[in-house]
Amino acid sequence: MSGARIEEKLFQNRYLVDAGRPHIKVRAHAVPSPALRALVHACPANCYSETDTGAVEVATDGCMECGTCRVLTQATGEIEWSYPRGGFGVLYKFG
Amino acid sequence: MEQERFDAIVVGAGPSGNAAAYTMAREGLNVLQLERGEYPGSKNVQGAILYADALERIIPDFRDDAPLERHVVEQRVWMMDDASHTGMHYRSDGFNEERPNRYTIIRAQFDRWFSRKVREAGATVLCETTVTELLRDGRGKVIGVLTDRHGGPLLADVVVLAEGVNGLVGQRAGLRPELRPHDVALAVKEMHFLPQEVIESRFNLAGDEGVVIEAMGTITRGMTGTAFLYTNRESISVGIGCMVGDFAERKVSPYALLDAFKSHPSIRPLLADSEVREYAAHLIPEGGYKAIPQLTGDGWLAVGDAGHFVNAVHREGSNLAMTSGRVAGETVAWLKRRREPCTAAGLAEYRRRLEASFVMKDMRKYRGIPALLHRNRHLLDLYPRLASQAAQTWLRVDGVDKRTKENQILGSLRRARGLRGLMGDAFRLARAWR
Repeated sequence: MSGARIEEKLFQNRYLVDAGRPHIKVRAHAVPSPALRALVHACPANCYSETDTGAVEVATDGCMECGTCRVLTQATGEIEWSYPRGGFGVLYKFG
Repeated sequence: MEQERFDAIVVGAGPSGNAAAYTMAREGLNVLQLERGEYPGSKNVQGAILYADALERIIPDFRDDAPLERHVVEQRVWMMDDASHTGMHYRSDGFNEERPNRYTIIRAQFDRWFSRKVREAGATVLCETTVTELLRDGRGKVIGVLTDRHGGPLLADVVVLAEGVNGLVGQRAGLRPELRPHDVALAVKEMHFLPQEVIESRFNLAGDEGVVIEAMGTITRGMTGTAFLYTNRESISVGIGCMVGDFAERKVSPYALLDAFKSHPSIRPLLADSEVREYAAHLIPEGGYKAIPQLTGDGWLAVGDAGHFVNAVHREGSNLAMTSGRVAGETVAWLKRRREPCTAAGLAEYRRRLEASFVMKDMRKYRGIPALLHRNRHLLDLYPRLASQAAQTWLRVDGVDKRTKENQILGSLRRARGLRGLMGDAFRLARAWR
């Protein structure tokens, strides 16, 4: 499925974005581990993408805070993961 | 700032945290509950089925005002291949009873209702408050929490960790190990809205009757997982989940998997013309008994998903969550009544009580299933295809005699897996099940 379709899905959701304070950061790296690269397809919100240089970057605006990326990269320590500040982030209407 | 000391702090306002907070507040304890969402439920995701028995033991008259969608009168289990499903359906008028056994619910609404009950019982509930750290005294006993909202430390005799599967507080404090990719499933879900009467005619329902479908097969593309479709009053919850480790290895994206499930010829007509209003993702702890972490320690205990209480075989979780929360609350109240401190030794009573309940008995019964499915991922892929082929051969009338058809079916089983393979699968499944 194309990236555009997932954006349509996420568009249905409510978020309160904590501007300028992303709750997930990818540590600087030259070559991503297989686990970090896997996030490009495994993240259910398509938050991860590969740059022209082959690095992996994250944009947390559509994040549903599931923790998949944290679980997958715990062994490599390539991302820093914390919950958004209280009240911020995804706000499920139905859940 | 003046420091108030609580009898108990509950981290999280999902089913387990609400059950714990409610139980303790009803017993007269001074309870503070902290929730990071804007409102209870705003961060929570479930299919969702409510198991009445677990809630009845906490709030006996919950049916009077809880936001319930439909009571379940029919259960369908579908083994799917790309074009078909082989189903087992059970529908009974016996489920149309005065106090129905299972309901579909919408979690964001249900959790708000439950939280209102918690506040009415006397607990203090603070939302939009993320717990950042556990506080300990010099000997390592947990004595409270730090949050991102409240200035100073919040102190209590016991901290109930009801922070969910992705609970960072307990993990970062070293109270339980990090989740392993093969012990946790990622589920994605959509809410599809349709007029009430369309849902009722599509699923053959009258009034508040509801249907649930649990599905497995080639829809998970060789990964360990299941899909579901639940009827709510004016919406259908549809979702699919597989082990996180499988998603990483198989290069499949969760939303593509969900879209493929939705467009399966057996599912598509059920969702036709619906309007999608939400897309959600959540982890489910599915490592089973062997993945249950330490549940109690000096000044703390873990309940619900934080305790890994999910019976993946029966798709049960919220009932284990509520029961573990209630039992935790009862244990703390029992210690208070006896004027005993919430030490590791005292709180160990929580684990003993859980062992005596269905929670640990069921978890232990299926302790071999997660490893079996992980090592035998063909079970969910091959057998649904074989079942479909067999049914197709058997039902198609084409001039071939029945004995030849029988031989074709047996031959296809043997070719696919071999006699030893078939018997081995049956043996391994029986052993893991018993």
